Amino acid sequence: MIAVPESVAKGGPSAEPHTQVGAPILRITALRKSYGTHEVLRGIDLDVMRGEVLAIIGKSGSGKSTLLRCINGLEVFQHGSLIVDGKHLLYDNPKAMRDLRQGVGMIFQNFNLFPHLSVGRNVMLAPHLVKKRPGAENDARARQLLARVGLAEKFDAMPDKLSGGQQQRVAIARALAMDPAIMLCDEITSALDPELVGEVLRVVESLADEGMTLLMVTHEMSFARKVADRVIFMHQGLVHEIGPPAELFGAPRTPELRQFLSSLHD
Amino acid sequence: MPEFTLWDIVRNLLLAARWTVALSFIAFLGGTVFGLLLLLMRLSGRRVLERLVGIYVQLFQGTPLLMQLFLLYFGLAVMGVNTSAWLAACVALTLYASAYLTEIWRGAVAAIPRGQWEASASLALSFGQQFRHIILPQALRIAVAPTVGFLVQVVKGTALASVIGFVELTKAGGMIANVTYEPMLTYACVAAMYFVLCFPISLYARALERKLA
Repeated sequence: MIAVPESVAKGGPSAEPHTQVGAPILRITALRKSYGTHEVLRGIDLDVMRGEVLAIIGKSGSGKSTLLRCINGLEVFQHGSLIVDGKHLLYDNPKAMRDLRQGVGMIFQNFNLFPHLSVGRNVMLAPHLVKKRPGAENDARARQLLARVGLAEKFDAMPDKLSGGQQQRVAIARALAMDPAIMLCDEITSALDPELVGEVLRVVESLADEGMTLLMVTHEMSFARKVADRVIFMHQGLVHEIGPPAELFGAPRTPELRQFLSSLHD
Repeated sequence: MPEFTLWDIVRNLLLAARWTVALSFIAFLGGTVFGLLLLLMRLSGRRVLERLVGIYVQLFQGTPLLMQLFLLYFGLAVMGVNTSAWLAACVALTLYASAYLTEIWRGAVAAIPRGQWEASASLALSFGQQFRHIILPQALRIAVAPTVGFLVQVVKGTALASVIGFVELTKAGGMIANVTYEPMLTYACVAAMYFVLCFPISLYARALERKLA
């Protein structure tokens, strides 16, 4: 018998039971999404615990990026529900969307730095506008985050003067500046030259070590194996296999996953 | 019969040219404000508003400016609104400029990669903040040269206001030609004045294009 908190009895919106300690930080239930008649996600159920690191793998077109982009509302889904840190995703409520997005950072394949702003201002813009963080504090925090990703000396540089790996690290600092509870990484090393992949993955790994909840769509299988707590193999818009990396990579149960893994070694 | 010197002609044309400049200025300013409003409506993501702006743009781009002037001048009178040639010309040219400017700017906004919208949205910026801090500064760089270039079209477009009796450079030229019996000389002066107004703007637009490219 669980004691019912007062707010639940009153039916308050903050009373979602899964916001309690040990409950999932992200809960996706029966999520379906289609573009026109083509169904891309065909019923996804997924719970992610706080501090968990998830790697999402699968062929292109399997819906893995779409799933990631649903989590912060960049893609609109038609059926099902998505709850982040106790907040329901509500498309028709811009205020609720912004509240939810404050808790969800995202890093993109193409970095998407703001090219007209210096590195420092890229990092400081959102905390300034959205969190109203005071100037001096914002500045100090941005410098600290840039130092953390190894780019302290680039504070005043313009993004186009940086290498791809450096730009991606700035993007990570920019996302961290909003103090998100979850970080989404959408193939963040796919646009990088091979010699620059390592520097970005090292930063991501340090996030994982510090307990950040991470969901990453990735083609870096060895990285997924090393860092992820669970790996999700997506196939034709469904979670086809899910489990610890040793299990998925070591003993794939389905022919689709076996085929996918062997295709990587070709 | 009085004699007219070249200076008489030029002096009177210059006086009338002030109205051409004033009309261009008002049309451009009004068109900018109204065009920006239309642009925001178009980007709002509301289907009905987008559709309405689309129709508006097509309407103004698909009909001659001359007809727009006529319809506004006589249409307002028919509806019982007491209108002057000056007011009708200002309104018509403002609407005309807004339709073209909003289309130029829509193109500039569309040229900004989708990732810029997505990155700023995922940082929890509101639509207004995205537009003001991320999209506008980048779109401005793309749009400024064609926008200044369009100003030339507006300046030349003001000549049509002469047909509803507004005395600007072209209308004044006609009146002076009638009095002086020197149509060639007069209209050459009129043309030269338009050129003097427009050429620096064209040069400036081209310089901007080079600088911002």
